[in-house]
Amino acid sequence: MRDTAVQGGHEIGFAANLRGDAWWLAPLLTFIGLSAFGIYATWAAFQGGYYWHGSYLSPFYSPPLFIDPAAPGAAPLSHAWFGAWPSWWPKFLPASPALLILIFPLSFRATCYYYRKAYYRAYFATPPACAVTALPQKDYRGETRLFLIQNLHRYALYAALVFIFILYYDAFAAFFRDGELGVGVGSVVLLINATLLALYTMGCHSLRHLIGGRLDSFSCGAVCGKLSHTAWKKVSCLNKNHMLFAWLSLFWVGFTDFYVRLAAMGVITDFNTWD
Amino acid sequence: MSSRRNFRVWRGDRAGGEFSNYAIEVDEGMVVLDAIHRIQAEQAADLAVRWNCKAGKCGSCSVEINGKPKLSCMTRMNSFAPDATISVQPLKAFPVIKDLVSDVSWNYEQNKKIPPFKPRARGADGKHRMLQRDVDRVQEFRKCIECYLCQNVCHILRDHDKKNSFVGPRFMIRLASLEMHPLDSADRLPAIKGEFGSGLCNITRCCTEVCPEHINITDNGIIPLKERVVDRFYDPLLWLACKFFSANRRS
Ligand code: SF4
Ligand code: SF4
Ligand code: FES
Ligand code: FES
Repeated sequence: MRDTAVQGGHEIGFAANLRGDAWWLAPLLTFIGLSAFGIYATWAAFQGGYYWHGSYLSPFYSPPLFIDPAAPGAAPLSHAWFGAWPSWWPKFLPASPALLILIFPLSFRATCYYYRKAYYRAYFATPPACAVTALPQKDYRGETRLFLIQNLHRYALYAALVFIFILYYDAFAAFFRDGELGVGVGSVVLLINATLLALYTMGCHSLRHLIGGRLDSFSCGAVCGKLSHTAWKKVSCLNKNHMLFAWLSLFWVGFTDFYVRLAAMGVITDFNTWD
Repeated sequence: MSSRRNFRVWRGDRAGGEFSNYAIEVDEGMVVLDAIHRIQAEQAADLAVRWNCKAGKCGSCSVEINGKPKLSCMTRMNSFAPDATISVQPLKAFPVIKDLVSDVSWNYEQNKKIPPFKPRARGADGKHRMLQRDVDRVQEFRKCIECYLCQNVCHILRDHDKKNSFVGPRFMIRLASLEMHPLDSADRLPAIKGEFGSGLCNITRCCTEVCPEHINITDNGIIPLKERVVDRFYDPLLWLACKFFSANRRS
């Protein structure tokens, strides 16, 4: 036992503190927010249906690599990148296109520097809040050992950058129905979704590093130096609001799926210029 | 306008101690350090407290006020509810010397371990040149007043007591200021990953939250260092590319 543990009036033991303010509120809200999203996203991904309405595709199901057109509320087979649902797919799993692609956004968010802070505090209590005693561990190892995986965040970023294009394409396509240009609430919802995800992704710490932060000097020549400095400044600006866009985009991507789902199930009517 | 306020101040030394209660008159505009001085003047002449500038610039007066690491000279009394009892304790992460004074010398030892600035060769005209935009980044870290509030709040040092394997946020930003310096030519990355322990930081950001100089320790210092460590040690594609071209990685 360290000799300073009880000195200075500092209590020992998990969550010991003298703060007296609502230090538990932020981790609690994070816990509720992330858990609610996790539960909804898992449920929605396992549905395998009601992810398509008119020309709206739920972002949880995009891109649809394979499609089972027989599922209720499924996208038309012509939208599948590689055709009909494959026969090798195990029976115990639903024929859901979401299960094939969710790993990409999931791994991106799971290794994001902001979400790491959020869940280390809210789920692992290391620490639950500042100056509130962390959950005791025999040998705290931080982001070494198992958590070395966090160092591959930039690879999840590369996938996420591709997803921005895919989701903007979906948003673009949502403004056309049977070749006719129009607009519906759903098209706007999809457009906002792609934009929030772009703002979140473009503020990524790894991107900030790769685009210029890795340099000690932005003087690799007049043009290249200026370009990378400007790009780094722009990413830094979004990076300052990374937490905000992390939450906005998380909420909105869930809401977008929810909206398309309810419209596909006929629970709500989508106001648009086509019907 | 003055009002009567209650304080709980920890009194003791390494052998032990306890909170003592004091009630004093507090005048308008006073900070917690003023109140401590008044307690010292009127009721407890032997109360030990460290301070120097009373302007938030020397970093000596770090304590914990109502459980939060703060500079006592920059914490205004009117930031508390009028009837609140204010508790003042020494820092948790470092050994107590007496009352509110703690022994922060461990930090000086860490500082000595950091390889110093090593300027690269001068330009052809015999001069060193750097662009303002290149030094903007490292200038942020120069604001540090070495109050060690960040070291104190960091759970790796504070709760897990891993002082042998992590230098702490203050020295992470000192390392960052050297690593990112446009004229520096030393290579500290293996040590940053190794003995300085960048992998132990889980970027939970308490250091940034408590820094009185508002240095963005995590986003501008530690995360960029972690990314540089990834470049060197963990990125499989970069690793392959380097093997392949055996390129100089510190261009
Ligand atoms: S972000 Fe890292 S260095 Fe800063 S307090 Fe948290 S664990 Fe310590
Ligand atoms: S980085 Fe900030 S909190 Fe840490 S020692 Fe320097 S001024 Fe104090
Ligand atoms: S750090 Fe959050 S997305 Fe990369
Ligand atoms: S007395 Fe100098 S910082 Fe407080």
